[in-house]
Amino acid sequence: MSARVDVRKTYKLYIGGKFPRSESGRSYEVMAAPSGRRATPRFLANAAMGSRKDARDAVVAARKAQPGWAGATAYNRGQVLYRVAEVMEGRRAQLVQDVRDSEGLTPARAEAVVSAAIDRWVWYAGWSDKYAQVLGGLNPVAGPYFDISAPEPTGVVAVLAPQASSLLGLVSVVAPVVVSGNTCVVLASEDRPLPAIDLAECLATSDVPGGVVNVVTGRTAEVAPWLASHRDVNAIDLTGAAGADGVEWGDLELAAADNLKRVLRPGGSGTEAVEPDFEATPDLGRMTAFLETKTVWHPKGR
Amino acid sequence: MPTFEYAPAPESRAVVDIASSHGLFIGGEFVEATGGKPFKTVNPATEEVLSEVSEATADDVDAAVRAARSAYTRVWSRMSGADRGKYLYRIARILQERAREFAVLETLDNGKPIKESRDVDIPLVAAHFFYHAGWADKLGYAALGENPRPLGVVGQVIPWNFPLLMLAWKVAPALACGNTVVLKPAETTPLTALLFAEVCQQAELPPGVVNIVTGAGATGQAIVDHPGIDKLAFTGSTNVGKMIARSIAGTRKKATLELGGKGANIIFDDAPVDQAVEGIVNGIFFNQGHVCCAGSRILVQENVADEVVRRLKRRLTTLRVGDPMDKNTDVGAINSRAQLTRIEELTAAGAAEGAERWDSGCELPGTGFWFRPTVFTDVSQSHRIAQEEIFGPVVSVLTFRTPGEAVAKANNTPYGLSAGIWTEKGSRILWMADQLRAGVVWANTFNKFDPTSPFGGYKESGYGREGGRHGLEAYVKTGGDQ
Repeated sequence: MSARVDVRKTYKLYIGGKFPRSESGRSYEVMAAPSGRRATPRFLANAAMGSRKDARDAVVAARKAQPGWAGATAYNRGQVLYRVAEVMEGRRAQLVQDVRDSEGLTPARAEAVVSAAIDRWVWYAGWSDKYAQVLGGLNPVAGPYFDISAPEPTGVVAVLAPQASSLLGLVSVVAPVVVSGNTCVVLASEDRPLPAIDLAECLATSDVPGGVVNVVTGRTAEVAPWLASHRDVNAIDLTGAAGADGVEWGDLELAAADNLKRVLRPGGSGTEAVEPDFEATPDLGRMTAFLETKTVWHPKGR
Repeated sequence: MPTFEYAPAPESRAVVDIASSHGLFIGGEFVEATGGKPFKTVNPATEEVLSEVSEATADDVDAAVRAARSAYTRVWSRMSGADRGKYLYRIARILQERAREFAVLETLDNGKPIKESRDVDIPLVAAHFFYHAGWADKLGYAALGENPRPLGVVGQVIPWNFPLLMLAWKVAPALACGNTVVLKPAETTPLTALLFAEVCQQAELPPGVVNIVTGAGATGQAIVDHPGIDKLAFTGSTNVGKMIARSIAGTRKKATLELGGKGANIIFDDAPVDQAVEGIVNGIFFNQGHVCCAGSRILVQENVADEVVRRLKRRLTTLRVGDPMDKNTDVGAINSRAQLTRIEELTAAGAAEGAERWDSGCELPGTGFWFRPTVFTDVSQSHRIAQEEIFGPVVSVLTFRTPGEAVAKANNTPYGLSAGIWTEKGSRILWMADQLRAGVVWANTFNKFDPTSPFGGYKESGYGREGGRHGLEAYVKTGGDQ
């Protein structure tokens, strides 16, 4: 009996809840990471090569979705995000395969990475209705005033996803951004973009409103500068500058200064950028980097 | 309406003794600058020269950073939090003991009314040190993350509108968290910072923990660019804030930026009008309007706009503008000729663009820098006086019909520092507070400050918070941070 000819997937962008091709019409070859004794690189897919215009469309979609997402109750956001983990679990086989191909992992290792990614998503989902109590609170001012500080989302965040850790790293940078009501434009790992599109499919089939997470695949060095300088982007996470071809994170931070974006610098010291170890348990830093503190005063009196 | 005559009630300046020239405070001692051009600081109310101040060169800044590094490595970062706290308590107490001296000196150098420096600035300064003293040995409980540790040497550049208060906002949390500092006061108001150096000496603060270098933009730039600086804290204009953000791009220097604002003070038709008018006056005429979080745009509901404006104008004619050293003075001198020129330029643009200009018509002293309380009506959102920070006693009045329109207009600015809401309806206050993109929202009050209450902006008003538990975040690293 001859082997069945499988039906392969077209990997596209994820913008405003839809899966368009790049407006530029371009695509690029995605190859499997070398593993075992295979000598020649194996073709995986033609991914969409996102352009400046795609990035700008994604910012428009993110901006449009932001007030509604931030306006949802924290309990609701928590449930919606938990639902994403449920869908990821259901698509485990697909995630494992793409992580394995992308990162050159053994099957067991790929299973462990996907488990960690799903658990990470659940961890952040649970924060939705808790971080405000941990980070905010009453300020005991010296006078007859009720004075309270609470965190609010910064707005639209551009995220350079980690280049190496294509799923666990991706989840670890996206979940903390959106849990608080930010929306984001994610620039996927340049050479390992397939798990990001898988995640987009999980998002699209859960209850996350379109535009909350937007995924652009393509060349980091080409697209990132447009996000860094975009005037309607409030913050940028430069984690994925580590290991990205032709990307100086300092140049991106410089462009981001034009509208005083909040910048989360990549790991490492000096000008060097190092991708962090995403296996480690996170702290609150990736959430607080994209939160603003609002303080409200009101007099007390009879 | 009866008019009240006020006899002069001058505060005595005998309590201060201003040296004719000042050096730099580096390594616990006053030292000569190495060749910068000394500059004069004047009393803006009289144009009298108060003192000559040194200009710190890049070499002087380098010496200050080295002194701060040495104090950090050898003493301050090794000291227990409890002992650091006790130094801060000492400083708070000395500031209270010498409060009148500081208030008089601040008013002479800055031009703000003595009743404000005496009742607002200096008490808040002491309170800031007292508050942060208590944090020094409790940082592990502040939910800052695992193992909070100091950053190292902090460069701090502060403005002229609240000279000593801004010093306190910067120095107290930095020291509480175990950092050492190099601070530059504004070139027009250096004197209270230099007097603060004496407080450090009286408190026997270890030499080099606090270093104070005077100068203008070039000195500030030397601090920003110095490779030995681990963190920068700046309060000032958004333009300079952006320059700093660019300067440190691609480095590992951290920064908090507390920048400009164009705060909306929103008056609904159910607000008690007299209270709202007092709130408007406090929002924009406090400290001559030299306040980054000033309520410089009034958004008033259309159906009460005429009445609010009429009562506001009547109230402004009762403000006493003049000698800042007089205890009855409400509005003092504009801090410098340069600032006065900027206010004149922007208000001229307001009139030229078609807004209706009104001022209180009060008499102004013959010497010094003065500007009458001014109100613009018929202002549209595109007018420069509705978009740009004037930083003076000038308010622009716009109107709205619905809460949604008020929110849209209030948020229609690149800034996001402060906002005010005046209404009797509690649910509307909370809804509005949620919608406003501003770091501080004052409801049925305005321009209130407290060491426990975090302050800082959204968007182009900067990033980071000062004060409260949140303010500590800017002065520590945690977990695995290098």
